[in-house]
Parts: sequence; C-alpha cells; structure tokens
Amino acid sequence: MHIVVFTRSTPDTAATITVDTSGRVGWGDAALIVNPWDEYALEEALVRGKEAGGKATVIAIGGEIHSEALKHALAMGMDEAIRVDDPALENADSLAYAVTAAAAAQKAGANLILAGKESVDVGSDQHLVQLARKLGWPYLSNVAHITALSDTSATVVRLIDGGKQTVTCPLPAVMTVTKEINEPRFPSFIGIRKASKTAIPVWSLAELGVSLPAPRTAVAGFRNLPAREAKTEIITGTPAEQAATLVDRLFEEKVL
Amino acid sequence: MSEVLVYIDSAQGKAHPASWEAVTAARLIADARGAQLTAVVIGPSAAVIAAEAGSYGIPAALVCDNATLADFRLEAYAATLTKLVRDRTPLAVVGPATSRGREVLAATAADTDSPMLGDVMSLAASADGGLTAERAVYAGKALADASVSREGIAFISVRPRAFSAPEAAGGAAAVDTIAPVLAESDIPVKIDAVELESGSVSLTDARVVISGGRAMANNPKPAPAGVADPAIWKAQDGFANTLGPLCEVLGGAIGASRAAVDAGYISYAHQVGQTGKVVAPDLYIACGISGAIQHQAGMRNSTVIVAVNKDADAPIFKLARFGLVGDLYEIVPALTDELKKRLDQ
Repeated sequence: MHIVVFTRSTPDTAATITVDTSGRVGWGDAALIVNPWDEYALEEALVRGKEAGGKATVIAIGGEIHSEALKHALAMGMDEAIRVDDPALENADSLAYAVTAAAAAQKAGANLILAGKESVDVGSDQHLVQLARKLGWPYLSNVAHITALSDTSATVVRLIDGGKQTVTCPLPAVMTVTKEINEPRFPSFIGIRKASKTAIPVWSLAELGVSLPAPRTAVAGFRNLPAREAKTEIITGTPAEQAATLVDRLFEEKVL
Repeated sequence: MSEVLVYIDSAQGKAHPASWEAVTAARLIADARGAQLTAVVIGPSAAVIAAEAGSYGIPAALVCDNATLADFRLEAYAATLTKLVRDRTPLAVVGPATSRGREVLAATAADTDSPMLGDVMSLAASADGGLTAERAVYAGKALADASVSREGIAFISVRPRAFSAPEAAGGAAAVDTIAPVLAESDIPVKIDAVELESGSVSLTDARVVISGGRAMANNPKPAPAGVADPAIWKAQDGFANTLGPLCEVLGGAIGASRAAVDAGYISYAHQVGQTGKVVAPDLYIACGISGAIQHQAGMRNSTVIVAVNKDADAPIFKLARFGLVGDLYEIVPALTDELKKRLDQ
C-alpha cells in the first residue's frame, strides 16, 4: 500500500489576512503552516501506509513556500516528500493542478491518494475532485473512518448531508478526510531535526511529461472583506428584560 | 439558440433549495448572452423536480431517473452530466455549491477540460462572453475577483444563500428524458449503508443558527454522580436542554465553536468556523463564544448576529448587532420563554 498525500502551505489559521492597495494578499509575520485539513490525511497515511508495512509519500505542487508543509509532513514521519515546481505552474488553475497532480501520483506509484477536505487558502476542493477525474479513479469526499483497506479495495464511512454513509470502492482511489478520522500527531524533535536536513527533490513538468494549456480562469486581484456595521447595541437589564428587548429588536430588524 | 445549463441538486427525490438560487445566477449569464436556460435533473423524482424548475421560469428540462441513480454517486452523476455537456456544448453550466453540486460540476469541468469558478458569491456577465465572480478565499478572510476566459464552457458553482431564488411564477418546462450513461457494473462505488439523522435542520441551509462555545460547561445543573467528566455532561446537557428548546422555537440549527467541539461537548458536524462549516443565516446567536478569528470566518456573513457572553470584552461583541452581557444559562431560557409568548407557541 503506497499512500500519497497532496498538501500545501497556508498562512496560520490565526493570521489576520490583509490585502494591500495593489490587490496582493498578506498575512503579516504569521507563520506558514501545513494546510490544517491535510494533517488528518498525513496521520492516516502514516497509520494505514507506512506503519502498516507500506509507504507514505507527501507531494506539494507549487513554489518554495510549500516546502514548509512538506518539512512538517516529513517531521511527522512521512517516508518521502516531493515538490513539483515549474515556471508554467504560475497562475495555474484547478485544472492545471489536477493534470500535474495526476502525473505526479502516477510517477510516484500511488495506490491511494489522501488529502484534507479543502485547502483553506484557495477555499476549495475542486482541484482534488478534478485530480480523481484526470486519473479516472473514484473520488470519495469527507471520509470520517476507514473501516477496511486492502491493496485492491476500501470500505469507508463518509459524512454526507444530514448523516453518514458506508461505501466500498476499488483502489486506486482519491479520498478527502475530515477531522473525525484521527488525532494528528505532533512532529517529534528528532523528526523536525531530520526533516530540516532532508533535501526535498523537485520534479519539473518536463520530468512528468506534462504540458499545460494556458489557464482559462484568472484572479484579477484580492480585496479585503467589506467592514461589518460595527454598531453594536448592548442590551442591559435582568435576563427577562434583556430577552424582551432583544425580541423587540429582532422584530424591528425583520429577522423574526 | 445557445443554452445555459442549470444543474439542479437533489437528494431523496427533493431539490436542494440552493438549486433555485443557482437559477438566478444562471439567468444572469443567459440574459447577457441571449441564451435559453435548461435545467438538468438527475436522480429520484427527476420529473417532479423538473416541473418545479418550470415553476421557477425554466422553459426546458433534461431528466434522468434510474435505479443506478437512486443515491448520489459522483461517478454515475458526473458521467451523465458530462455526456450532456459534450452533446450540447452549452455556454455555461451553473449549479449550487452544495456538497454534491460542487463535486459534480468540478468533475464534469475536468472531464470536458473546461474552466470552473467554484463557490462564487456574486457574478457579472457581459454580452461578449466575459464572466467575473467574487469568491471567498483564505477561509473567508479575503475576497478574490476571478474571471473565466471567453473560450470554453464556463462552469460556475454558486455559494448557498449568496443569491436569492426567483419567485415561483408557475411556468412549465418542456421535459426530455435522457438515459443514464453508466450501467451498475460500471459504477465503482457501492453503497453499503446510509444513516440519516431525522428532523435536523442542515447548518448551512438554516435561517437561524444558535451556537454554543466553551461556556456551555458552566451549566448550573449538577452532573449526576458517577459521570466520567462532569464538564462534558453539563455542556452536552446545555446543548440539548438549553440551546435545544430555543432552536426548536426558532426552527434553527445548532452550531458550536471549535473549542466546544475539541472539548468533546458536541460532534464535529456542528462546528462553525474556518475548519468547520461556513454559515450565513438571517440570525446567528452566539452563546458563550468568545469569537476567535477562526470562528468569525465561519459566521461573519450572517445578517444579524446576537452575542450572549459573560465577558463584556469578548471579541464577538465587536461583530454583533446586539450584545447581551450575562450568563447564557439565565439569558437563553428567558429568551426562549419570551419568544414562545410572542410567537404564540
């Protein structure tokens, strides 16, 4: 069983995101971390891949900043980390990501691809669905528990709208996992030291045999969120008085 | 005549209400380009849902209903939509960014090598085919202005509650039945069991969300002797018996902060925030939630925010329209009683 996890670096979730006047996003001096959702995928790959006698590899697509996430993954114990980088990937859209990731997964020799349920920076799981389609593999989202796993098949519990679903599908497959699946480990000191000394190989698109079409979606720029009306009315009194005044206000605001 | 397809997401024979909001977005494109809207309905009761689409002013519908489509399976649904898109080459395919809708659209966009903008919050279309949209990025802490090139079929999924549904005016759609693409033996995923929670309102669709935080553990009710963790018992009791009745009066859904979920007070399915669900109800009541930036990312687009917290300096008050400083275990029951009285329940 060779499990490949796709990950990326994102700003710390506690970071305040600001957009400057030229439309560029900044996060001050906040640290770059592994995309928080992906920690669950990494943990699952370690338990189900490496520690079950198989292999666990982590791959990131994009520039040097993604080495942060890869180092974190190595420090958790992943066998191998790979970064795919190429000038042609600048401004890549989800389809370009999917084509590239599919080629990388095939070159690495994955039986199963895991990822977090979305990337918090781009706010999307679109590239992961599209990765599965480019590979022609089944896609199972929101996996909360892997009940059975062999080299050829998996049975998993998925979270669906309003409940849960148990499904079986053949491998290879692409799955996204939710935080209910496990409790990700913290990297050990030895792991962190080892990871900091590991040189991460970089694959180019030519090595993957991929040529990307021109991206057909583009981001013109970023904007700060519109300010919320910060007109807070503090309602005072006994709990009963507070409740009565609030209900009056909610009727006035027409939300009741 | 050129065409814009609207993907209607449905489950158990019922259309997801966000599908009708997607009609509004699809019409923006169709009107700008002089195109016709066609609904695509896949799954149980597709014909009934197509009639509903007609009442929202969609003149034509393509329906596909078959035993292989009884439950949503991405491979079966996407194969059907992909074939339709290849056969008809629409200008655009628009659908709701529900858990199923976003997957089907993304898969079909990949199958047809088409550009896609997912989970858009607003949309502008021009007659020459230009299409721009606003998306939330960095977990809802910033907005991106994105565009789709004029070549190719534009796939757009629309964030639930970002667009309003059209008024149902009572039209009828001309219905065409289409055959499913995959036979059961070609569908890789087999469903072994389904477990649905009955009667609960979905967090992301709810008009009212009532959330509890760490302070749920301050329940004055004593935990029974012998419970392993009194704080967890008290918090769980508070979610069920203090927030629960308020939720019932308002017909809302229960949410929670990450702190409450991590402490084991309530299941992850209720978590609102950066690593949970993003909600935008008409009314959001935060009870005993301090309002960390990660939580705000999940609820700041709510229309009216009410905060109940003992700590007058809690950051949640900066975001709230109405702030009630005090003990949630005194204020929430008083609010429930008052609402029962005023709403005549």
